Amino acid sequence: MKNRILVCAGTSGLSAGAGEVIEIFKSELKRLNLRGKFNLVKTGDRGLFRDVLVDIITDGKRVTYEHVKPADVKKITESHLVKNTPAAALTAGKSYEEFFANQTRVVLKNCGEIDPENIDEYIGTGGFEALKKAIPLPPEKIIDEIKKSGLRGRGGAGFSTGLKWEFCHKEKSGVKYMVCNADEGDPGAFMDRSILEGDPQSVIEGMIIAGYAIGANEGYIYCRAEYPLAIERLNKALKQAEERGFLGNNILKSDFSFKLSIKKGAGAFVCGEETALLASIEGKRGTPKPRPPFPAQKGLWGKPTVINNVETLANIPHIINNGADWFSAIGSAESKGTKVFALAGKVRNTGLVEIPMGTTIKNLIYGPGGGLKSKRSKLKAVQIGGPSGGCLPETLLSTPIDYKALAKTGAIMGSGGFIVMDEKTCMVDIAKFFLGFTVAESCGKCVPCRIGLKRMYEVLDKITKGRGETRDLDFLKEMCETIKSTALCGLGNTAPNPVLTTLKYFRREYEEHINNRVCDANTCVELVKFEVIEEKCVKCGKCSTSCPVGAIEWEKGRTAEINKEKCIKCMACFAACDFKAIK
Amino acid sequence: MNIDIEKAEKIIKKHAAEKGALIPLLQDMQTEYGYIRADAVKLIAEKLDIPSVEIYEVITFYAQFRTEPPGKHTIKVCQGTACHVMGGKQILNYILTTLKVKENGTTTDGLFSPERVACLGCCGMAPAIMIDNDFYGNCTIQKVDEILDGYRKKTG
Ligand SMILES: Cc1cc2nc3c(=O)[nH]c(=O)nc-3n(C[C@H](O)[C@H](O)[C@H](O)COP(=O)(O)O)c2cc1C
Ligand code: SF4
Ligand code: SF4
Ligand code: FES
Ligand code: FES
Repeated sequence: MKNRILVCAGTSGLSAGAGEVIEIFKSELKRLNLRGKFNLVKTGDRGLFRDVLVDIITDGKRVTYEHVKPADVKKITESHLVKNTPAAALTAGKSYEEFFANQTRVVLKNCGEIDPENIDEYIGTGGFEALKKAIPLPPEKIIDEIKKSGLRGRGGAGFSTGLKWEFCHKEKSGVKYMVCNADEGDPGAFMDRSILEGDPQSVIEGMIIAGYAIGANEGYIYCRAEYPLAIERLNKALKQAEERGFLGNNILKSDFSFKLSIKKGAGAFVCGEETALLASIEGKRGTPKPRPPFPAQKGLWGKPTVINNVETLANIPHIINNGADWFSAIGSAESKGTKVFALAGKVRNTGLVEIPMGTTIKNLIYGPGGGLKSKRSKLKAVQIGGPSGGCLPETLLSTPIDYKALAKTGAIMGSGGFIVMDEKTCMVDIAKFFLGFTVAESCGKCVPCRIGLKRMYEVLDKITKGRGETRDLDFLKEMCETIKSTALCGLGNTAPNPVLTTLKYFRREYEEHINNRVCDANTCVELVKFEVIEEKCVKCGKCSTSCPVGAIEWEKGRTAEINKEKCIKCMACFAACDFKAIK
Repeated sequence: MNIDIEKAEKIIKKHAAEKGALIPLLQDMQTEYGYIRADAVKLIAEKLDIPSVEIYEVITFYAQFRTEPPGKHTIKVCQGTACHVMGGKQILNYILTTLKVKENGTTTDGLFSPERVACLGCCGMAPAIMIDNDFYGNCTIQKVDEILDGYRKKTG
């Protein structure tokens, strides 16, 4: 095999300058006359945020470079490609290894390794073998295998994938649809995007197999419009799969035909909910419908339809290839396989991490995550599951990440949002943040969601502004219970979770806001005094230089002083001061 | 100004036979004209034989569609969870204060239209903003000032 140079070029790689890095590698290979010896591969993102990552693989040996700037490329080629000595100053450090050790990469296996725009690279890793294996089998056999594997949906609700397929398979209808949910609504999760950008064919293969199993000849991928690169790569992938006969009429010379197209979303979180998503594909407002009837019975244009999440579908080829037993051996007794999480917030290594189910929250943060970003800060909470999930305190860090254990805490598995918070994050503000999100995204069809959430938001807003009353907490609790049991769709049903969990585990913080008008995290601006604490100030003047409006008076040897008339409450000085001297 | 009827008709024709055509059609219109113009809605209503109100029903439901022309540069300020935890709200507030503009509005010089988005997918570089198609991570108030100045100089 030829030697390879891999450049990480998904959305995050490209935003860090991967495009330019690739161009320079190209001209360097030409200049050094090495084009015949190296394959320059533009891959999707590997999942770790290190600006541009570059791997050079020579004779099976791999060296990884991180934070590669366009100006570094020449140094790398001169030393590594010409003299065969890696440019040591630029190679990835210990935290890179720390991040990838303790991961079990199944659906992310190809991300960062292959060129997603070249179907031959996917085929080279065993791509479409699962399809070849599946097509001669009776659909029931495939459904049994998926059922036996224990795979549950990765889009949030965690329903058994095999069972869902079986329901739809049993429906008698000449027309059925297979839909992939790539709407990825959790505002802190991006694994679906990375899979689509880095390994689109795996999702397509999963969809074809699913279509065959349920008896659908037509499918849609409903993708967020905010993901232009994913859409572009999907389009190319679809075209290539068609050309090779994996899509279209008489797939692999069988009598099974399957057509696949992309529908772009238009910016509505509720469209991630399956009935709303179907309405949106039909070209209408994306409002949810009461279930039953379930989409498996009456879905797109009234026909039986299966909707599966991107990550769920990316698992399918692996299960067919390696067998249900292989899959169910990964994970915990009750939750099988792996799950991808988007690790972010106050953690040292941020990015996408794929771990076996059953891993504890702690091992995720201190293993791949490498612990907290700053040694001085203390972990306060972990938010799992986004707007439908919850905030868990440090005392629950030993909770294993599986469906049942997480549900017991009041959080949910969700789609993979995982945000680490320290003492600078206010829990009341976080509850308000998520509620603000769900209020804005409520479709307005049902009263509990439209009005109830709004009322809750107003009360939280009042508390963060120092106008809270003790009875507000009982009111919030009561509202949560009512909305949970009466809202029409999952958006409303789960929206109280961030409030419920913060109330349960961080009640003291709510009380501080209400009784003492204090926000310890200095997040709620209305409760912040914007004063320098004389005893703590070391008179360094850093705050003064950070202020964009010149509101801080300081000169050498003098305690800084904030002019409240001028101050626009931007909080820049709080971030600048290393001594927590501003309150 | 009238829209270029031929182009608009071409877009409509491209989608006319499609199932669930309205949303992709509006998306193409917006790409072409920068926003959904009232005369375009009228034309779609005529050609597809659906009432205008049904089209507006869809336009107003989805955050993507705008009915006002955008400024020269769109500033997408990430308000996803990671960015929020890392100070994204302060960045948004600062941008609005310093540009003297409301969310989804356009500055009086027509240069900038700031809007909020949920997660730009680069949470490791939070707080993040995106101007047109360029991404800026690890934002601070100072960095925002420099970035905006850069755009002012480029156009000014
Ligand atoms: C408000 C709301 C938003 C949702 N957003 C998504 C999403 O962005 N992506 C997704 O796959 N599922 C989402 N879901 C879950 C879907 O309704 C559905 O359960 C899922 O797509 C089924 O696929 P799975 O079984 O493979 O997980 C959402 C649900 C609700 C109630
Ligand atoms: S940055 Fe902090 S320590 Fe330094 S002058 Fe300002 S308040 Fe004092
Ligand atoms: S909050 Fe902002 S405006 Fe106010 S003093 Fe601090 S840096 Fe200056
Ligand atoms: S509008 Fe969706 S739950 Fe109420
Ligand atoms: S939350 Fe801002 S980039 Fe993800």
